[in-house]
Amino acid sequence: MNAAVQPLSSLPGPPLWLLLELTYRCPLHCVFCYNPLEFERIDQELDTAEWLRVLEEARALGAVQLGLSGGEPLARDDLEIIVAEAHRLGFYINLITSGVGLNESRIAALKAAGLDHIQLSFQDSSQTLNDFLSSTRTFELKSKVAALIKEYDYPMVLNVVLHRHNIAHVEEILQMADRLGADYVELANTQYYGWAWHNREQLLPSRAQLQAAEATVQRFRERAGRPMQIFFVVPDYFERRPKPCMNGLGSIFLTVTPDGTALPCHAARMLPGLEFPNVKTTSVREVWYASTGFNHFRGDAWMKEPCRSCPEKARDFGGCRCQAFLLTGDAANADPVCDLSPHHHLVVEAVARADARGEEPAAMPMSERPLVFRSPANSSKLCP
Amino acid sequence: MVARRFRLQWEPAQNAHVLLYPEGMIKLNGSAGEILKRCNGESTIADITTDLESAFETTGLMNDVKAFVALAVDKTWVVIQG
Repeated sequence: MNAAVQPLSSLPGPPLWLLLELTYRCPLHCVFCYNPLEFERIDQELDTAEWLRVLEEARALGAVQLGLSGGEPLARDDLEIIVAEAHRLGFYINLITSGVGLNESRIAALKAAGLDHIQLSFQDSSQTLNDFLSSTRTFELKSKVAALIKEYDYPMVLNVVLHRHNIAHVEEILQMADRLGADYVELANTQYYGWAWHNREQLLPSRAQLQAAEATVQRFRERAGRPMQIFFVVPDYFERRPKPCMNGLGSIFLTVTPDGTALPCHAARMLPGLEFPNVKTTSVREVWYASTGFNHFRGDAWMKEPCRSCPEKARDFGGCRCQAFLLTGDAANADPVCDLSPHHHLVVEAVARADARGEEPAAMPMSERPLVFRSPANSSKLCP
Repeated sequence: MVARRFRLQWEPAQNAHVLLYPEGMIKLNGSAGEILKRCNGESTIADITTDLESAFETTGLMNDVKAFVALAVDKTWVVIQG
């Protein structure tokens, strides 16, 4: 499907959400990272002027929410310049960070540049597990950064990715968030892409672990005291219907990866047979309206059964294309999370294996399939 | 006034006012946008109503303004100052 032959009325709306993955460099080595396994091969980063041009072109199309992510965006020493230009253009700017590198002089400079919001990730409530899961010693530092975020009058938004190794600590995680003065806590169950997909058998919790975590969250929500909003992002493997991933590919979301590749979602690089243009050589307008990478999964012409005739297709868009591809080998299949999918058993079986492992994080012999940390060395080893 | 956590902004591409907040956006309809942009921390509800009635050459908007401001307070978009 080509944008040029679509009737005008079906032209997609603007890319309201722009995510810039400024760099794949990261001081952390998280086992659940969604970055591609081959990140080490993608070592060319856009320069400052190229990022500023992307901002200007995307803003002209109507982009307004801006995520600055990575890798660790603070690894770019031009972050303040990028933020200042985004602010001048009228973006609402969200920094998605591990906190590593956020000292007082940088947070002051970012505030002055117009940064609107900081989302700080923790890996666990305990120093031991936080540091183990990220393969770093960062827990103390993150606690200091949390204090800086409060001091500079930002809403305090903590993000903790949940999985088998920390899901039993939800109570302690919420207590930690409360101690740090969090306004919002996002408990994001791992989504299985990139490194998380590679480590899935080690990370997927059992249904009983998940239900216990949900009950804890509910108790915490009902407690009296300081207001703290808790978002519990339900892991789709335990659902019977897929998530409306990205609100449909190419509908509102545009990611630009460190090397300038434009994607309709942060994991889409894996989808075969599509052309994902590079913003170095293609304007953001052309990327959004005229590339197969963005046009192919718009609308529903690409759908197969059971999605094509499904009354729910307008609500969930057939789920996640990347998950369909990872699990079934064909990105046009229904997301196997859906119990109407002929491949749903693949999800059921993965959950059954997790259930059989019970509660213990280490019940699966590490020798059988060890956790692989996201590191340049492991990236080169897995994707030579 | 519009609560500190939100930013009200006119977006030409959406032909609408939007409220921006951490990782989210609310697209406002025409009247909601017109009311919110007058919530400047100084105008009273009566001031806002008078201003709207003169801008749109109409009368009898007080109840609509009151109802919307109540909704906006309930949604924490707006803070009433004493």
